[in-house]
Amino acid sequence: MDPAINVQGLTKHFRETTALDDVSFWANPGTVLGLLGPNGAGKTTAVRVLATLLKADAGHASVGGYDVRTQAHLVRQRIGLTGQYASVDEKLTGRENLLLIGRLLGLSRRDARRRAQELLSEFSLEEAAGRAAKTYSGGMRRRLDLAASLIGRPSILFLDEPTTGLDPRARLDLWNLIRRLVADGTTVLLTTQYLEEADQLADDIVVLDRGRIIASGTPEQLKQHIGARTLAVQARQEQDVPAIAAMLADLTGGHAEVAGLTISVPAPDPGHLPALVRRLDASGISVNELMLRSASLDDVFLTLTGRHAEPTGAPTEQRESSA
Amino acid sequence: MKPPRETTHHPRTSLLQGLQQTMTLAWRTLLQIRHNPWELGDFSIQPILFLLLFLFVFGGAIAGSTADYLRFVLPGVIVMNMVFVTVYVGHGLNTDLTKGMFDRLRALPIARWSPLAGRIIADLVKQAGSILLLLSVGALLGFRLETSISSLLLMVVLVLTVALAISWVMVLVGVLARDPEHVQLFGFTALFPITFISNVFVPVETMPGWVQALVNVNPVSLLADAARGLLVGGPVLQPALWSLLWALAIMAVFAPLSVWALNRRLSAQ
Repeated sequence: MDPAINVQGLTKHFRETTALDDVSFWANPGTVLGLLGPNGAGKTTAVRVLATLLKADAGHASVGGYDVRTQAHLVRQRIGLTGQYASVDEKLTGRENLLLIGRLLGLSRRDARRRAQELLSEFSLEEAAGRAAKTYSGGMRRRLDLAASLIGRPSILFLDEPTTGLDPRARLDLWNLIRRLVADGTTVLLTTQYLEEADQLADDIVVLDRGRIIASGTPEQLKQHIGARTLAVQARQEQDVPAIAAMLADLTGGHAEVAGLTISVPAPDPGHLPALVRRLDASGISVNELMLRSASLDDVFLTLTGRHAEPTGAPTEQRESSA
Repeated sequence: MKPPRETTHHPRTSLLQGLQQTMTLAWRTLLQIRHNPWELGDFSIQPILFLLLFLFVFGGAIAGSTADYLRFVLPGVIVMNMVFVTVYVGHGLNTDLTKGMFDRLRALPIARWSPLAGRIIADLVKQAGSILLLLSVGALLGFRLETSISSLLLMVVLVLTVALAISWVMVLVGVLARDPEHVQLFGFTALFPITFISNVFVPVETMPGWVQALVNVNPVSLLADAARGLLVGGPVLQPALWSLLWALAIMAVFAPLSVWALNRRLSAQ
């Protein structure tokens, strides 16, 4: 089976910045590939190269079996692109946006209207169809953006941070829409800053950091490697910290990170929590707080690179590739 | 309905398809006005206000009577308004670039030139509508065509040709500006002196010599003169030829420059 997306040795520089550094990955038809990484990791640059918007400096990329550089037009006939920004015309209504794309793709007026109607009802946008897109909520805008990408029934779909900035409810809605598309056989390349999102949707995950691939595999492999969860303990007394850190390291086999009174460690197994409680009790150490939380992108990066994913408070809407 | 992309595997779009896509994109730009009526005000109410203000406030002082001044100022206001309306080309293009719409269009299997062409065609339609509106308001105020219908049509064609040229300057502004607000700021700041240091409102004979020199080579003056000649009589050939020469020169410089700047911006992110 030929891969739907095939990337070999892709490299791209912007002046002094290396956005992509010898990156290779592929996705089989009908699967979801997740590109996971913080702002500036090169995710958007990769999507832009694959969507024929940007030319790479070196390497080779094919989409649907066609070369993105020499057969760009054929690639464009097969792809849908949903950007980090809802790239719809805010001054047009939802329906007009869909009609516009349909007409540009060569549909007759009637077919364009029918296809727009199909997607509006499928994406629960019927009520808002006659309103200008600038009045839409964030979730509605993303749904419209996704609908616009689907007018031409693309076999390969690029979703660049489709849920960034959405509330949890809107995020779940979008996840379900994406799952339906994949069930219908669409190949999806998804970029995200959320480990949970990649875990929920992707068959394979590639972790990018500063333009390089630092890990790849199935979500299961990755979680086993980095720990799907983090076990965190806040000590009551400072003198207990080394003992607790040693206990955590021994229990999980991972490296315990100490920050003040808080000690945290990747915990692949949820059974670690009760085990820890028993050990603490046996040693007579009392603690302020015990937490088992899902691993964040930051935890992934801490495990893989030994440093944090990004400075805190970085604006998420900032375009990573132009940084 | 058959999936469109599986049935059309042409490696490129044909010229005819490109033209259809251009018309679709022009339709889209004009459709925007329907949901943003204030934009309509900028190229309808604003020029009418200018016309009325100058006519009734300055008209008597400049030309002796408002009726005489209307003959002089209406062709000029048509030209001035044309220049201002071109800013929308830059404003719209910049909005598409900064909001991601341009990327969406570029990722579609459409002719590479159709997004720009569609925008410029839509602009020409807006321009034609503006001219028609100003002529109608002028007629209500007492303006009478003193030449012929064919002269009138020639005036419209001439003004639209120069509009096409100036649109390319605004494409460059739209590409270089950080956001749509800067397009408007820069566009109007640059265009105000160009339109006012002209003979649009005041005959050039009343100005100091060095200003006259500027005014006489200003394409806005030349086009205004040609428009006057074509609407109320007077010399046409010379100012019209100079206007066309200006248009050609502007296009020869700014069309390639704008396309180059656009490609540069698109490959830098």
